[in-house]
Amino acid sequence: MTNRFRTASGGRIDRAAPLSFRFDGQTFSGFSGDTLASALLANGVHLVGRSFKYHRPRGFLSAGSDEPNALVNVFRDAARAAPNLRATQVEIHEGLKASSQNRWPSLAFDAGAVNDLASPFLPSGFYYKTFMWPAGAWKRFYEPKIRAMAGLGVAPTLPDPDRYTQNHAHCDVLVVGAGPAGLAAALAAAESGATVILCDEQAELGGSLLSEVSATIEGRPATEWLADTLANLKGRDNVTLLPRTTAFGYYPHNLIALAERVTDHLAAPAAGLPRERMWQVRAKEVVIAAGALERPLVFPDNDRPGVLLADSARTYANRYGARVSERAVIFTACDAGYRAALDLKAAGITIAAIADLRTEVSGELPARALAAGIDVRPSTVVVGTRGRLRVASALLAKAKGGEVGPTETVPCDTVLMSGGFTPSVHLFSQSRGKLVWDGAAGAYLPGTSVERERSAGACRGIYGLQRVLEDGYAQGEAAAIASRDYASPARGATPAPAVSSRAFPASAEDLGTAGFIGATPHGRNPALAKAFVDWQNDVTSKDILLATREGMRSIEHVKRYTTTGMATDQGKTSNMNTLGIVSEALDTPVPQIGLTTFRPPFTPTTFGLFAGAARGDVFDPVRNTAIHGWAAEQGAAFEDVGNWKRAHYFPRAGEDMHAAVARECKAVRASVGLFDASTLGKIEIVGPDAAEFMNRMYTNAWAKLEPGRLRYGVMLREDGFVMDDGVVGRMAADRFHVTTTTGGAPRVLAHMEDYLQTEWPDLDVWLTSTTEQWSVIAVQGPKAREVIAPLIEGIDLSREAFPHMSVREGRICGVPTRLFSVSFTGELGFEINVPSAYGRAVWEAVYAAGERFGITPYGTETMHVLRAEKGYIIVGQETDGTATPDDANLGWAVGKAKKDFVGKRSLIRESMSAPDRRQLVGLKTTDPQVVLEEGAQIVADPSVPVPVPMLGFVTSSYHSAVLGRSIALAMVKGGRARIGQKLMVPMPAHAIEVEVVEPIFYDPKGERLNG
Amino acid sequence: MLIITCPWCGARPETEFRYGGEAHIARPADPSALTDQEWADFLYNRTNPKGLHAERWRHIHGCGRYFNALRDTVSDFLVTTYKAGEPRPENSRPDVEGSGR
Amino acid sequence: MQKFSGFELFRRALGGHKSWQPQWRNPEPKAEYDVVIVGAGGHGLACAYYLAKEHGITNVAVIERGWLGGGNTGRNTTIVRSNYLFDESAALYEHAVKLWEGLSQDLNYNVMYSARGVLMLAHNHHDEISFKRHVHANRLNGVDNEWLNAEQVKEFCPPLNIKSMRYPIIGGALQRRGGTARHDAVAWGFARAADSRGVDIIQNCEVKGIRRGPDGAVEGVETSRGFIRAKKVGVSAAGHTSVVMAMAGLRMPLESYPLQALVSEPVKPAFPTVVMSNTIHAYISQSDKGEMVIGAGTDAYTSYSQRGALHIAAHTLDAICELVPQFRRLRMLRNWGGIVDVTPDRSPIIAKTPVPGLYVNCGWGTGGFKATPGSGHVFAHTIARDAPHAINAPFTLERFRDGFLIDEAAAAAVAH
Repeated sequence: MTNRFRTASGGRIDRAAPLSFRFDGQTFSGFSGDTLASALLANGVHLVGRSFKYHRPRGFLSAGSDEPNALVNVFRDAARAAPNLRATQVEIHEGLKASSQNRWPSLAFDAGAVNDLASPFLPSGFYYKTFMWPAGAWKRFYEPKIRAMAGLGVAPTLPDPDRYTQNHAHCDVLVVGAGPAGLAAALAAAESGATVILCDEQAELGGSLLSEVSATIEGRPATEWLADTLANLKGRDNVTLLPRTTAFGYYPHNLIALAERVTDHLAAPAAGLPRERMWQVRAKEVVIAAGALERPLVFPDNDRPGVLLADSARTYANRYGARVSERAVIFTACDAGYRAALDLKAAGITIAAIADLRTEVSGELPARALAAGIDVRPSTVVVGTRGRLRVASALLAKAKGGEVGPTETVPCDTVLMSGGFTPSVHLFSQSRGKLVWDGAAGAYLPGTSVERERSAGACRGIYGLQRVLEDGYAQGEAAAIASRDYASPARGATPAPAVSSRAFPASAEDLGTAGFIGATPHGRNPALAKAFVDWQNDVTSKDILLATREGMRSIEHVKRYTTTGMATDQGKTSNMNTLGIVSEALDTPVPQIGLTTFRPPFTPTTFGLFAGAARGDVFDPVRNTAIHGWAAEQGAAFEDVGNWKRAHYFPRAGEDMHAAVARECKAVRASVGLFDASTLGKIEIVGPDAAEFMNRMYTNAWAKLEPGRLRYGVMLREDGFVMDDGVVGRMAADRFHVTTTTGGAPRVLAHMEDYLQTEWPDLDVWLTSTTEQWSVIAVQGPKAREVIAPLIEGIDLSREAFPHMSVREGRICGVPTRLFSVSFTGELGFEINVPSAYGRAVWEAVYAAGERFGITPYGTETMHVLRAEKGYIIVGQETDGTATPDDANLGWAVGKAKKDFVGKRSLIRESMSAPDRRQLVGLKTTDPQVVLEEGAQIVADPSVPVPVPMLGFVTSSYHSAVLGRSIALAMVKGGRARIGQKLMVPMPAHAIEVEVVEPIFYDPKGERLNG
Repeated sequence: MLIITCPWCGARPETEFRYGGEAHIARPADPSALTDQEWADFLYNRTNPKGLHAERWRHIHGCGRYFNALRDTVSDFLVTTYKAGEPRPENSRPDVEGSGR
Repeated sequence: MQKFSGFELFRRALGGHKSWQPQWRNPEPKAEYDVVIVGAGGHGLACAYYLAKEHGITNVAVIERGWLGGGNTGRNTTIVRSNYLFDESAALYEHAVKLWEGLSQDLNYNVMYSARGVLMLAHNHHDEISFKRHVHANRLNGVDNEWLNAEQVKEFCPPLNIKSMRYPIIGGALQRRGGTARHDAVAWGFARAADSRGVDIIQNCEVKGIRRGPDGAVEGVETSRGFIRAKKVGVSAAGHTSVVMAMAGLRMPLESYPLQALVSEPVKPAFPTVVMSNTIHAYISQSDKGEMVIGAGTDAYTSYSQRGALHIAAHTLDAICELVPQFRRLRMLRNWGGIVDVTPDRSPIIAKTPVPGLYVNCGWGTGGFKATPGSGHVFAHTIARDAPHAINAPFTLERFRDGFLIDEAAAAAVAH
């Protein structure tokens, strides 16, 4: 198709670079520099979407990020589809493919439009009043129908293959918005020597200057001044320019989050480029130069394709060379409508009439319009539009003092509206600055700042090109100066108003602050007329009045009840008019109605941008032990334990987990096994007061533990519940080698540091995490001593010289070691601690030395079975944060004579010795082949009706190959007194009979520990 | 993300620190002398003020030390930080409500 | 109260909906009430409703600093479930779910309770044992909850990625009767129903003090609109409970933390249920409007700022993109924060206090919405009878003194 609506010349598009793209399957042409919106308009396409609720046909309303209607799905390929993008922001490239949304079967004929016919029965909040009968029908019937109708675009169905990256940056001055105020601010700050970042959401920097055709600055055409200024800024080392970059969030202490679109505008992005880039900028000072948004007027049928914002139509013509129309009616409440009329007329559009809401129309722009022969009609409103999928005519009427006269039909193909401008205070408000209602400006403006931040230009209600430039320059200069005194992120005293040290003589029309808020009078049957306030969510002025009638007096209630301002534009075009309508309905001044809170993001921001590289293996760190590679080579199966990958079992050919574990268990009991225990947490506790510190942190008594001996330690939280456990070696009078559970290591160290630093700073003790420094090789089984003996130097391994629960320092394979005689299997056992760099070498040496005994590497599953056979608990499995030491059969580890330790006071509360506390016991199923389910509950009588009283639950359960039967550990109310009783474990289909037994199944006397 | 000034290391981003709850709640010297209610007050009851809060932070990805801060829980902004063991400073910010004792 | 129904909607449409009346009045406070409830969130309004409906106490005011339903009621991610581990919690939340199931009809207000299922994901063996413990305990308590293996998880929620991720999904616990409801409708429905029974809902009325008599008993509340005498005062102020209770001289076992939530832009139905993963810290469901509603645990430090940190929200989205990688191209529309009051055992307090005539309902942490009707119901009972209902009897203040904690978090490491 041809660009029938393209202007003959002008604009910033590159007419030498034609492009073709597809919209809804049809091929169109445009130029480099076009947005999807401008290119479609140049082709005469206005119908681009269907509304959310009524599926009414919709066209473009604006030319920027405030667009509520023109949402499209853009897709490069099946996995690279993005719904709900604004056509006004999508830059076209060769081959771009986009489609409209929320319509079936087609955009021009949408079956969902039946909702529009039913709209009298679907006022705001209708769903709260109906769909309630019969009970349950909401979920089964109504809700699925409503859901299918709701939603906008279609979510992608394949994983997004694109990358997103994150940059962190610091600067003296961050300027948000590269319109005239932002450019001047950046220039001032840069000239002052400050490091500056200037960002703008648009593809080109320049803001409103990009749409100027007649204005001049410092004697040059505005566009020339823009080019010079950008060249000046680009040439400076202290300036970073970021086009296509939206400042979407203002976080505490001047952390501003920016989203940069990197590749979406490219036909063939270079490999390796991220799709988007997040900048987290920490700025000493921020200048917000976000400009202002043109406000629509709320009149009947104002949603028909062809009804646009006047200044947006001007932007399409001046910046993109796209005529939105052949014949336009302009409906305005301010001079912006006249400026648009003049520029559009110059672009070849016939201006059928200007309907001006105001009675008095005077000033330069109206005068020029009259001089140009335009039909200017004061005190006139548009009371409706006609046409099916596009405006064909507008209905105009005189309106005076609320009286609306007879209507006149004016043929036209667009209605362009301007209700004035709303300062864009989103970021200021996000920064927690206080907004102040300015009655003269008819707008909320930035009041007291909270952050080191200042606003400049239209976003603080300053209009007129020269004033805007000078304000921008003044604020930029002030920000640069303030950044020099930066001592802390706290904002100091409010500075005096900044005054520009430079003049920017500029010629451009000053539009003033005139405008209109609310719904314009129309005199039509209010039950039938639909005057839209929120285009995307289909909220009309009628809906807002209904909400106020139903008692919704707070603006938040009105918003939530009607959904106005809750669409993807978050009320950019609708919030002020809503306020106006509510204000009138409740006869309450606007500032007393309240204002809904501005929340991040400023415009919708891609999830992937937040997630960045965090996916798969870099979602969370992977911790591997020094021996991991060996286990992987052996074909071990791994399990995740916290961040760690631990060898779960070592299957041989044809073995499942059950078979492998049975083999590994038998090997340990019969001969010897090898286990990587390196993930255990380790803390070195050193100092003259180390023993005293241990006494206070653990339940056990440590004073009498001799150097060279090990002890099993139990740690409580201050509330008396078991927090962690581990074997502790006393290396010297002033040195302990503490081990913790795998998952508990950081928690335990933090807990210790807390007490040491804040409660007992007088203790002379140092704590050092050594988890990563030691590899721990557990050699377990009757042959353990024989396996390691040939490798050990300097340690007498004899039973007498090195009894169970001892530690010695010496060498293994020439490597220094702390050798523990310790067992978590019930067999003779050693844990070889060696520096991690030697972990694998020593492991392999031990493995080689053990081969003649059939040494068997085993994983965590076998470790679990073996320790359960012995009734050794695992903190976090047998205990759950509600178990006392006594509950877990660890009463013996509590130093009764100690005056105090962390948690001791809590243990004497009445509840802690209640007779029905759950206690650790063993369970044996009557049928030895039945393995209980971990987590299963235990009851006395499963046949009673619900709720069935529960006595406890199964904490660990395995098939023991060595014992030839199942075993289980459990926490059971009053469990120790129930030993010998039969209880039941109810499963969904049947109940399993169990006998309560002592929690030890193998070698109850512990004879094997000494080999 | 706040900027927090560690009294030992200087200003650093919040992610280097870990919050440690209300400050100036000393563990009783002799817990066994306390009633259950007094012990529960120590263990569980907190001021939780809306306004100025004296609280503990630890520079966990830095010097590792605990220190105290006065922070306005309405704005989240810190008014000052000080070393563990030092008394709570007077509120130097009249604009911040000092409701935390 | 004007009846809500399809017929009424049709009938009034013919009159251009001009005849709808306010859903609740906007009354001036009276000098004295039998009961003043502090806080017009879902819990406070529900309490007022049940005081009137079940106990015949209608001389009740609910006073609210801002606008009704404007606190956590209007800021949460609307998840409803009752598959809690301990008998006490299961009874409390199941009581609520049973009320949810008939709430729209009871209130004559469609609260859109949608039992679309709540699926909690297990990523490791510890999760599996914990969830199975819940499943068995819930079954014996008459609460539905079932274990699904990884394939069944995928079948129930096809958009989920279960394998190619850092912590693959090994199964999940599914409560089919769990789901979501429309948060605003809950507040408005209770407000309208309570108002129609004579309860005064007084908005823009901030409590400045709690007046106590010479015997220590409550006499009323000082407010920004003057003193209001009351025989009994029930505090239902969520994140601000510590502040209000301090006015009566009570120090509470509470800390107030920010809780963030966010939504995506609306899309056509693409996610069928509610999915929660405590291990990687995120939950997600899709609203009727089409937005993906996403949340996680609380932020790191106490705050009343009603906003959260960027890095916390980013981490939540890390997890969502890991669980549903096709959603990486969806866009965040809005991110906000609430203030949740957290107890040491992560269970609520619904109880009498040491001050005669003063009652408190607080400590719901991140999980208060789901309990709204049940909480209001038993709190009303507690106030009306000056004694707890059997269901909330364990949820006292004294449990912290005596050590009878109901520590769901420690037991399960599951977010609420």
